[in-house]
Amino acid sequence: MTKTLMKGNEALALAAIHGGCTHFFGYPITPQNEIPEFLARELPKAGGMFLQAESEIAAVNMLYGAAAAGARAMISSSSPGIALMQEGISMLAATEIPCVIVNVMRAGPGLGGIQPAQSDYFQMTRGGGNGDYRIISLAPATLQESAEMIQEAFELAQKYRTPVFIVSDGMLGQMMEPVELSKSRSKERGTEQPWILTGHHNNRAPRTIKSLRLDPAELEIHNLQLQEKYERISQAEARFEAYREVDAELLFCAFGSTARIVKNSVDDLHQKGRRAGLIRPQTLWPFPSLAFRSLPKSCKAVICVEMSCGQMLDDVKLAVEGRAPVHFYGRCGGMIPEPEELSARALDILSGDAQ
Amino acid sequence: MNVIFSKTSGLTETATHYCPGCTHGIAHRLVGEALEELGLLGETIGCASVGCSILSYNYLNVDMIECSHGRAPAVATGIKRTVPEKTVFTYQGDGDLASIGTAEIVHAAHRGENITVIFVNNAIYGMTGGQMAPTTLPGQKTTTAPAGRKTEFSGLPLKMTEMLAQVPSASYLERASLHHPKYIRKAKKAILRGFRCQMEHRGFSLVELLSTCPTGWGLDPVAALEWLEANMIPYYPLGVFRAPEEV
Repeated sequence: MTKTLMKGNEALALAAIHGGCTHFFGYPITPQNEIPEFLARELPKAGGMFLQAESEIAAVNMLYGAAAAGARAMISSSSPGIALMQEGISMLAATEIPCVIVNVMRAGPGLGGIQPAQSDYFQMTRGGGNGDYRIISLAPATLQESAEMIQEAFELAQKYRTPVFIVSDGMLGQMMEPVELSKSRSKERGTEQPWILTGHHNNRAPRTIKSLRLDPAELEIHNLQLQEKYERISQAEARFEAYREVDAELLFCAFGSTARIVKNSVDDLHQKGRRAGLIRPQTLWPFPSLAFRSLPKSCKAVICVEMSCGQMLDDVKLAVEGRAPVHFYGRCGGMIPEPEELSARALDILSGDAQ
Repeated sequence: MNVIFSKTSGLTETATHYCPGCTHGIAHRLVGEALEELGLLGETIGCASVGCSILSYNYLNVDMIECSHGRAPAVATGIKRTVPEKTVFTYQGDGDLASIGTAEIVHAAHRGENITVIFVNNAIYGMTGGQMAPTTLPGQKTTTAPAGRKTEFSGLPLKMTEMLAQVPSASYLERASLHHPKYIRKAKKAILRGFRCQMEHRGFSLVELLSTCPTGWGLDPVAALEWLEANMIPYYPLGVFRAPEEV
């Protein structure tokens, strides 16, 4: 396999086709437009179906219908569009429909701006729709990882009968990078699965896909079954990358494109004689709390860096459980942190001038 | 002894939860009979919508999916675009289709989606307890229009089928009524035409069924049927608003 120089959104879209995506429902919103544009052009050539919806609300409901009929289906949007989809995402979680949803994050709140941000962390990990549910959230940091994660997302969706988020951002979506794509998965519709709507062919009882349970005892059982599944996912699927963490005196925590910037800062600090390291969650939910359970003895402090005003910070604090002070550095509104400002902040913390 | 009438196999054995005098039961029967007569029961996927008919999946003998309020035409689109060989229909009330779901119904028609919509219009929100709908008639009392709908405040009732007749890709649109056996027979023919339209790949079809809600209207079942005839039909005229040739 050779590497191809591609734009992030297009690499993600092409990898989705190679991963067996058969149906895509799109609606324009910046900075994710290259995904529906690419798939409008390329998915039909691969035997799939692209349809432009009238809104994000319609797109997520088309996804629901297609996946319920057995399609390996996907949608993409950006932050305000994902907010519109949350009703449907809650429904997808309740009815346990496997599908993939890409969020190329931009700055908020409201319409916010179109520059990169990570201020959808809550939206990606805390529901957003109603009810007790969780969505697997995969957070790539490179185009290569984006391509691999979107293919894996379809597998995880099928394995656990759940929607899966790909948490990208405007930087990862718009940048170009060499990427090596693999053709991996089957495009077979899983029509043999016992929940897919196929029509009953007059030889079995009719099937229903539903979330409504008016009997509270029955609904509680359904909720507890979902929680049992989420617990299994938490045990099996939390993952992270650790970088120069072994003897770190200061441990950064960052995900996605921000983690790439932090790596520069970690190296810069080592050149300055300070031992910094990085924990990069690759899954935002389930959050890789294990990475913070046994902090190196050398670790004096943790600093969470985000392109937001501090959202993953909550999970970092919950995972660190007071074993070390947890600091925060964030840029927001579409502003991107520079390695130098992160290094300066790190040196302040290490010299005890943090507050 | 000859059997001259039996229950359609399009309905399950489950007793419905509908109020006495409600015409949802008739609408369900007509849909079940039509699908049975066309030989489609085993190859159909239905979309239940929010409202009294949310539980229609307990009563109709077809595979079904429950949809969020107003979204059934989008869900049906996703299904039909995945399994175009199946018959796909939505069953929606007026609170669902004419209020929260206007975007989804207009754009399903706009794309010419090859689906069939059964639109049950009883001029009120039934399940939630009788609130005003876009279809509530002028002066009609509801729990959220306790003095009756004031048109200078809430506008005139929305005529969805006439509105959809302005959508270029809508293929078959008819309004029928369930208040009298003669009209019920016509309604059945309209539903059959709607499904045939889909079988013949002619695109979007919708059959509006004027229906009663005795509980929501505060009338006994017979008075509700009379109220429908006297008040709804003059405002919502029956007939075919759009038809491809030969349907």
